[in-house]
Order: sequence, then structure tokens, then C-alpha cells
Amino acid sequence: MTKIVNIKKGLDISIRGNAVESAPIDVTPATCAIIPDDFPGITPKVDVKEGDEVVVGSTLFHDKAYPDVKVTSPVAGKVTAIVRGERRKLERIVITPGTSPSTSLDFEVNNIDDRTRASRLLLDSGLWAWMRQRPYDIVPNPGVTPRDIFITGFDSAPLAPDFEMMLDGKQKELSAAVALLKKFTDGDIYIGIHEGSCLEAIDGVETIIMNGPHPAGNVGVQICNVKPVNKGETVWTMDALTLLRIGKLATSGSLDMTVTAALTGCEVTEPHYINTIAGADMKSVLKGAVNNDDIHHRVISGNVLTGIPVGEEGYLRFPYRQVTVIAEGDDFAEFMGWASLSPQKMSVNRSFPGHFFRHKFCPDARILGGRRAMIMSGVYEKVMPMDILPEYLIKAIIARDIDRMEQLGIYEVAPEDFALCEYVDPSKLELQKIVQEGLDYLRKELS
Amino acid sequence: MKSLRKYLDRIKPDFEPGGKFHAFQSVFDGFETFLFTPTTTSRSGVNIHDSLDSKRVMIIVVLALIPCLLFGMYNTGYQHWLAIGATSFPFWHLLGYGFLALLPRLIVSYIVGLGIEFVVAQWRKEEIQEGFLVSGILIPLICPIDIPLWMLAIATAFSVVFVKEVFGGTGYNIFNVALVTRAFLFFAYPSQMSGDKVFVSTGSICGLGEGAVVDGFSGATPLGQVASNVGDTITLTNIVGDKLSYWDMFLGLIPGSVGETSTLCILIGAAILLITGIASWRIMFSVFAGGLIMGAIAHAFPTPDYPATMLTPLEQVTLGGFAFAAVYMATDPVTASRTNPGKYIYGFLIGVIAIIIRTYNNGYPEGAMLAVLLMNSFAPLIDYTVVQSNIRRRMRRLKAKV
Repeated sequence: MTKIVNIKKGLDISIRGNAVESAPIDVTPATCAIIPDDFPGITPKVDVKEGDEVVVGSTLFHDKAYPDVKVTSPVAGKVTAIVRGERRKLERIVITPGTSPSTSLDFEVNNIDDRTRASRLLLDSGLWAWMRQRPYDIVPNPGVTPRDIFITGFDSAPLAPDFEMMLDGKQKELSAAVALLKKFTDGDIYIGIHEGSCLEAIDGVETIIMNGPHPAGNVGVQICNVKPVNKGETVWTMDALTLLRIGKLATSGSLDMTVTAALTGCEVTEPHYINTIAGADMKSVLKGAVNNDDIHHRVISGNVLTGIPVGEEGYLRFPYRQVTVIAEGDDFAEFMGWASLSPQKMSVNRSFPGHFFRHKFCPDARILGGRRAMIMSGVYEKVMPMDILPEYLIKAIIARDIDRMEQLGIYEVAPEDFALCEYVDPSKLELQKIVQEGLDYLRKELS
Repeated sequence: MKSLRKYLDRIKPDFEPGGKFHAFQSVFDGFETFLFTPTTTSRSGVNIHDSLDSKRVMIIVVLALIPCLLFGMYNTGYQHWLAIGATSFPFWHLLGYGFLALLPRLIVSYIVGLGIEFVVAQWRKEEIQEGFLVSGILIPLICPIDIPLWMLAIATAFSVVFVKEVFGGTGYNIFNVALVTRAFLFFAYPSQMSGDKVFVSTGSICGLGEGAVVDGFSGATPLGQVASNVGDTITLTNIVGDKLSYWDMFLGLIPGSVGETSTLCILIGAAILLITGIASWRIMFSVFAGGLIMGAIAHAFPTPDYPATMLTPLEQVTLGGFAFAAVYMATDPVTASRTNPGKYIYGFLIGVIAIIIRTYNNGYPEGAMLAVLLMNSFAPLIDYTVVQSNIRRRMRRLKAKV
């Protein structure tokens, strides 16, 4: 069955540096790193020592509360560093790939006919940790049965990679993954897609055709417009690339942790796609790809809205599908920028002439103003296609008022749903951070 | 610009903690961020930001007020020339006179208001907030031209401290700062704020506009004339007794508070605010809708007991501070309703109440100020009901499941 959702609110930010669709270039990383912060909800207990040999699928660390939930190695090689930060917090586990980096453990994939065996497969392979659940936007709790499973079939964020290229021709694996996931829920499996997507042909799923600007591709928006999460319910979410990975595991028994990522942004000389391994180091990824100018760069793992600035020494981080390089902007003195009429200034506001041009912009990372109280009203609503009152929810979160947060729909949202609000906010508030802290607080208080 | 940037970089350490001017850090910071866009980059969340910031927002509102400001200056001169019985109206003399009359009021309002803002910002170790850039120009525009400067200073100080800063500064206030300034003056010094003397500047300034006031002069505003009208018909006149045409009222060559007389200039300002999307069209539209509807109801039942009922709805929204309040006061986002459905209710009630006060309370010839202040206090309640309906929807969904 197909459902069509038309979204009017939202914003497609037009930035230069879209990756051209051609054959991806292979990049062999010098090192790979797995970063526990990428798997929210997990308190890591390390299972390896420096110097251990691992293969794809070997457990690197597991969760303290649910030891069955594991994060596994994306590459075969040797553990070269276990980096800890303040108060011995595990920051990352670094693995240097060996001679055959794709050697994988063999997983038992025959006779998976019930939920127990299906969860064993996902938990042992580590792919469980690649899924997320609402509420809280964390790695799913293995003790809870999801009401439904929502999969987003496209990424609508600025300069995001095109999933179709990676999914086309993989119907067999995708169907196998759907069959596996069916064992987890009595509800439905929904896939949010664009019209004409190759995902339309998959059996056993409810397709949602999403029309409209970003954040149409955010799974939270899809859930909210189809079947919102109520208090006490749990919904699993993932992207179609994770679905494909589960499908590959279910059909072949070996784990494939290679990723296709888009290398994008104004400061990338020739934006293109690369084939590499999850957690690849940025030095290898960016080698020779970034503009050789003397301005400061910001290397972002992910897109400009939700991505993490990792620097040139950093690593490709979850969800392992995009790298954006833009100017940092802290070395740029702009005289009276607030009065500027330059068409290069990017804004949703019509007082900037750039608003009326159809060209692509090259924004930098400055916040372009000062932090203020919420002054303007109604700006968040314009880019929030969910039945949520963003301003009031944010205020409830800041006040740490749990009842109010619940009433205003905290269980339906993830930080990424507030990314556009944060982008357009003239008061420059850190909305995603506020929402993240609110979710963490709620989880701590209610557990 | 490079040398300016270098100069700022050189003197910056003096203003940082430990430097010799550290007590002026917020002031320095205010000027630095005014001159150069801050180089702060995002530390969490989104990596890029929209170019719109609160400086830009405030400056657009100031820009939208410029037509009213310039016309207010011209009209101040025009009313004066009219009052001294002049037969020719030299444009630059009129404007110069108005400029000289208004300038001290602008300066007093900005020095008092911004001074308090600077001190409080430094005390709280915060950046200077831009809110008063708008209030500072609004205050002289909504006061009669002949208001003594010391009154203006006291009212501004009262308003900035007790309406804004005690609540936490720009963005936290419940009532519109400029309107409370005017309300303070209105209730504390009623004789200087109403009557038929204060709305026309009669003295000469720096040798400009010398001459005695002619016989038969009455500086009563049209609404003042309405309030004291006796009989079944109303004839509005200008200050020397000539009949006012509808065009005069629209253009604004009538006595009144400095900035509010010209509906034309207010509409130009409204266009600037709406095209840039800074002010809410929902509020603006519904204030006018409320005013016209209530004006039509009142006009349908004219009675000499309440002479303002004899004004047509169009006259109601053109005269007095109604249009000014609709465009610049009701749309203040901080004190207005913040939800979209709430904005319609909020605006509509401002329009209705302004006309009710003006028409059915002979004590107050004008009701726009009180209507906006009253609805400021009800805005949170309106929003509460809107938020509650969102919550109820969510709770019903939860119940339906169980």
C-alpha cells in the first residue's frame, strides 16, 4: 500500500559542491576508527586490547546495561590504539587495516525463523547498533518490541548522497532484510521514498511517497506524518543503506562494512563519490581532494546541518555516507555584515538580495550574529513539517519540565529534526544541543 | 577597513578582564560586533547559519520607521507654520524646524535607554542587546512634540528598567517598552499629554519659525475634537479651523503625536516590514480587520452620546494612532502572541478594543495604546489555549490507542 505525504514547510538549502554521479573512487584508509559517541545509548565496555588482531564483525565493545548489544570492527586488521579522554571516557578505537581488510566472520544465516535468532544475528554482527529507536533517538533496547519500523529511502539534506545509485539492483538483499525485520514487529515496515524510487518494488512494506523540501527525508518527519510515536511506544528507524547492509548479511552470512560516501562542499575541488570503509580516516579520504587555498577549512563528517566537525585528523563518522568541507570563516573580517546587501549572503529572509537569486551559495561556519533570547516568533514553524510546537517544546526542555515535554511531543523528535530551525534562527540558539540534552535528561530521569 | 580592524585588535586587550577599560567590555563588544560580523563559528549542531541576526531585524524595523520619522519632522514644521498664520510653506524650513524640534527628543530617548542597556549588559556580563534601537526611535514618535525632555527621560528610564531589564532584557519583556513609556507619561503627566496645546509646537527654534500664534488657533487633534463634539454631526477641522478632507487625514497633515499622523508613511513602513517578512502579516491584517469591523458596528448605531460613533470605519483606522499601533506596536514579536492561530485572535482583539475604548469611553480620545497593552497581557493566555489544543490532540491520540 502506498501513502502520499506532501510537505510544504521546510527548506532546501542551495549550496555549491554537489558530488557528481560517476563511478566512485576507491579509497583505502590508512586507519579506521569506531567512535562510541556515534552509538548513543550505549555505555561502552571494551572487549579488545591494543595489538589484538580483529576481522570484520569482531566485537570491539559492548553495552554495559545490555551486554548483547555490540559494536563490531568494520575492518580486518590490528587494533593500534584505544584512546581515552577525560575521566577515562572511551573516545575511539583505532584499527589499522591488514592485508585483506574485508575478511569477515561467518554468521549463521540459515533457519532464521524466529525473533530470537533474528536478533542474535543482528546483535552479534553489530548491525543492531546501526539502528535507532524513537523515543530518544538511541540504539534500540533489545528488550522492547517495536510498534513499527520506519526506514528512510533517501537523504534530503544539503548535498546529500543519492541512495538510488547504491540501492539499484539490490532488490534481493533488500527483500531479505525486510523479511528479517518482519520478525521483530507485529506492526508494519514503512519506507519513505521519492516517487519512482527502486525501493517501490520491495515486497512486504508500506511505502510513503514524500514530496517536498528537506526535511522530507528525515525519518522523524515521515513517522510524524504517518503514525506518530505516542508515549510508551517504540519505533525503530534506520536508513535504506543500513537495510541493504542487513540484507547482504542475511543473504551471504558475511558482513560488508564498505561504504559509499559523497565528498561534497565548496572547498572540495571536484566533489565526487568514494568507496571506502566505515570509520575511514579523513586524511586518506581527503587526500588531494580539498582546495589548496590558505583559508581555514571545516571538515564535517555528514552534512552541513547535522554533521560533526571532525577536522582533517578526524574520522568518517556514523552514518558514514557524506563528508562536507566548507570554509571555517574565523579568519575573515566582514565589515558591518548585518547591513550587507551582497547577493552572496545566504538567507531565508527577503531583506537579503541573495534570497531572490537562484544561485548556489558558499556559506562558512560563522554563526553570523550573537546569541539572543527568542525574539522573532514563528520562524521555527516555517521549517518544521511536524505537528510539534517547536518553540514551546524547546522552552519546556530548557525548563527541564518532564510533563510538559511529554505533552508537547518530545518522544516524536530527534535532534536532527531541529536542524533547520537552528539554521534559520536569528537568535542563534543551539537547538540540536538543547534537544539532545533534553532527551538524555528524560532518559536518565525515567529509567 | 583593514586598518580599523587592526586598530580594534590592538585596543581589544584593554577591554578584556584585567585591562584598564574592562568596565566597558560590553560597550566595546557592542561596537566591535556592530562594525565587524563576529568571527565566532558554530561549536555544536548546524555548521552553517542563516545570515539574519537580531541586528538586521532591528535595523529593518528602524528603516521602516524612517518614512514616519521624516514626515513627522515635516508635519511638525507644517503645523507650526500653519499656527503662525503663514501663507507660504518653504519645504526646507519646515523640515529643518521639525528636525530641530525632534532631535533633542531622539537624543534623550537614546542616551537614557541605551545608557541603561549598556550598564545592565556590563553588569550581567552579556552582549549588548539591540532591542532599544527600535524602542528609542519609537518613543519620540508616539509622544506629542512639545513634551518636556525631563519627562521623556524619566518615562524612558522607568520603562527600560521596570518593563524590560527586571524581566531579563530584550526578548523577555511582557509589555511593549515604547508603549509603557507613553502610558507612563499619559497617566503621570496627563495635562502635558493631552488637551489641545501639546500636539503643535508653537515656539520658534534657532530663529526658525518666528511669529505669534494666530487667533482662532486650536491644536486639538481630530480625535480630540471628536471626543468633545456636541450635536448630531461631526466636522473635523485643522488647527486654524479649515475643514479636513479625507485626503488630509490619509496624508497626515494634521496635529497628533509626531510619527502617527501619516497613514501613507505608515503603509510604506508596513510594506517594508511585510516584504522583508520581519513583522507578522497575520497580526497586522487582523488588527485592521478588527478595527474596521468594530468601526462598522459602532457606525451602524450613531449616537451623540458617543460622538466617535459618527466616524466611518475608514476614518477610525486612519485617525489617531490606530494604524501606527497596528503596524509597529502590535507586531512586536516579543510581546505579541507567538503561535500562528494566536496571532489572528491577538490582532483582531487589539483592533476591536482600540475602537471600543476610543468610541465608548469619552475619557480617552484614543484607545490604541491601551488596547495593545491590554492584549500584551493576554497574549500568553491566547498562546496557552493554542498550545493546549496541540496537547489535547496528542493526548486524544494516546487515549485512542489504549
